[in-house]
Amino acid sequence: MATLVHATRPRRSPVTWARRGGLSTLVFALPLLVVFGVFSWLPIGRAIVMSFQETNLVVSEWVGLDNFRAVLDDPLLGRAVANTAWFALLALIFGYPVPLVGAVLMSTVRRMRGLYSVLAYLPVVVPPVVAVLLWKFFYDPRPEGVFNQILGWVGVGPFPWLQNQTWAMPSLVLEATWAAAGGTVIIYLAALTSVPAELYDAAEVDGASLWGKIWHVTMPHLRGVLLITFILQIIGTAQVFLEPYLFTGGGPNNATVTVLLLIYRYAFGQSLGGDYGMATALSLMLAVLLAVLSLAYFRLTRGWSTS
Amino acid sequence: MTLVRPTTSPTAAAPPDLPTASAPVARPGIRRGAGAPRDDEERGAVSDADWRRPGVRRTLRVGHAVLLLLLVVWGVGPLLLLLKFAVTPTQDILRTPLEVFPNGTTWANLDEAWNELEISRYFLNTIWVAVGAWLSQVLVAATGGYVLSVLRPRWAKPLQWAVLATLFVPAVVLLVPLYLTILDPPVGPSMLNTFWGVWLPAGASAFNVVLVARFFDSLPREVFEAARVDGAGPFRLFWSIVLPMSKPILGVVSVFAVIAAWKDFLWPLLVLPNPDLQPLSVRLPTLQTATDMGVLMAALAISTVIPVVVFLLFQRLFLRGAGLGGAVKG
Repeated sequence: MATLVHATRPRRSPVTWARRGGLSTLVFALPLLVVFGVFSWLPIGRAIVMSFQETNLVVSEWVGLDNFRAVLDDPLLGRAVANTAWFALLALIFGYPVPLVGAVLMSTVRRMRGLYSVLAYLPVVVPPVVAVLLWKFFYDPRPEGVFNQILGWVGVGPFPWLQNQTWAMPSLVLEATWAAAGGTVIIYLAALTSVPAELYDAAEVDGASLWGKIWHVTMPHLRGVLLITFILQIIGTAQVFLEPYLFTGGGPNNATVTVLLLIYRYAFGQSLGGDYGMATALSLMLAVLLAVLSLAYFRLTRGWSTS
Repeated sequence: MTLVRPTTSPTAAAPPDLPTASAPVARPGIRRGAGAPRDDEERGAVSDADWRRPGVRRTLRVGHAVLLLLLVVWGVGPLLLLLKFAVTPTQDILRTPLEVFPNGTTWANLDEAWNELEISRYFLNTIWVAVGAWLSQVLVAATGGYVLSVLRPRWAKPLQWAVLATLFVPAVVLLVPLYLTILDPPVGPSMLNTFWGVWLPAGASAFNVVLVARFFDSLPREVFEAARVDGAGPFRLFWSIVLPMSKPILGVVSVFAVIAAWKDFLWPLLVLPNPDLQPLSVRLPTLQTATDMGVLMAALAISTVIPVVVFLLFQRLFLRGAGLGGAVKG
């Protein structure tokens, strides 16, 4: 009698659990559980713990908010935050409107649209390190440099590019835009081709001109995608590392030191290095800032999306 | 629109293009037949009537021509220059970078880069890194997606949330603690200077798992039920039914995985300090200072060839993939 009651209970014994396929389910879940557990969930938890610790791999000591205080006292922090914001702003100016106009124009192409997409996307598949090293050569400040020579044909320049505090950051952004814009174009293009044909038909019946159709049918349909790519680009550019690290190493005169470069220097830099507590503290601060920014952004734009 | 939607599932950025079982993405290498509807024939903002108006047509034609020209300069220009530099003597590269072979070509650059700079070795390392990262991502995404979408144990929901939650965490947070995990893993020896340190963390991609799980969700349940009735166990169901049906989405995941591994810089830089193990992306910057410009350009060109060729071969797969998930970078 007792066993019968036991068997009808929702909680099953391990044997029935295994027989019902619980074991094989666990086997299938194992790769995900192990990989995410060790390389995602554990480090995320560790990041929070570490930011309150002084760590030197062997022993860890609780130091309260000292890491955060040390980061905030770093005279370079303000510079790094300002530089990162400047990079993000320039990246928006360079990289937000141009792909949009390009994608809208591309969506009206009737023959060989694939060729346009391939050309636009080609820079995205070039390894970023190759792109940076190649552009570093293009940015040669001598009058014989590739860009200076081209600009010389129209009588402009020569420019110092990476060697100059004012010019360095826009130069970085220009390369980063070249490397990334193709991806944005393809995202817009995917959204553009998903505009239902009936909407255009209806607009035509109502006598809309071509511009009317683009402005009142195409653009509103893109709004959702535009809103998302905007914040994703901000989140991406706030973590820019490769360009400042490889192009300038943060120079000249700290004009291109970004937050991520600072984090890298705290943790792995030659002279600084090894201060994992400070590095994670700054990472967490950046992450919280980005989270707050995204939340505020989505609250603000909640009503704007049509989809 | 809810607050969480855009970040929980990046795929929401372009839902209409999400590959489903009923509308699979183009398979690599197989071009669609001439009779099948092509994307180019979908209707855009410009109607046939618009096209017939000479003013509109002329404006668009000119616009398209200018756009094509700009795209050629933008997409092909720098790469053509790179190819040219790879076979140009260093003196010419430095003095007259824009002239076309004023003193002829030289193949010595390529030879020296491949053999003396040992680009061949770093090239192999890169392939090795990419293959392992690909395997680990496909394995985790396919089995994980199978559990979350098809097997659906009771704990599937919390597991799914735990995976989704990692999408909210920016990569920068993981950098240092993940590095320390590699140095001193919970079990086993340090993974520093082993490819495992690059391969295994690559598998922890929530984006892949979500993408594959959503694809599995769109597969017809009746097929699974029929297979179960016919006596197929979970392993048989996975191997003979689910996997063969999910080639399109695994293709997308594979393309992302290989390209991401080929592009990655910071992580292999940290995990593989031993130059003998480093992939091209990590090795090239250290080579640049001490290398002749012509040889460096040859090395850069060699590093670019494979990704570009792979892209040109599987362009449809790439562009579909980029359209639905390219937004996921942070």
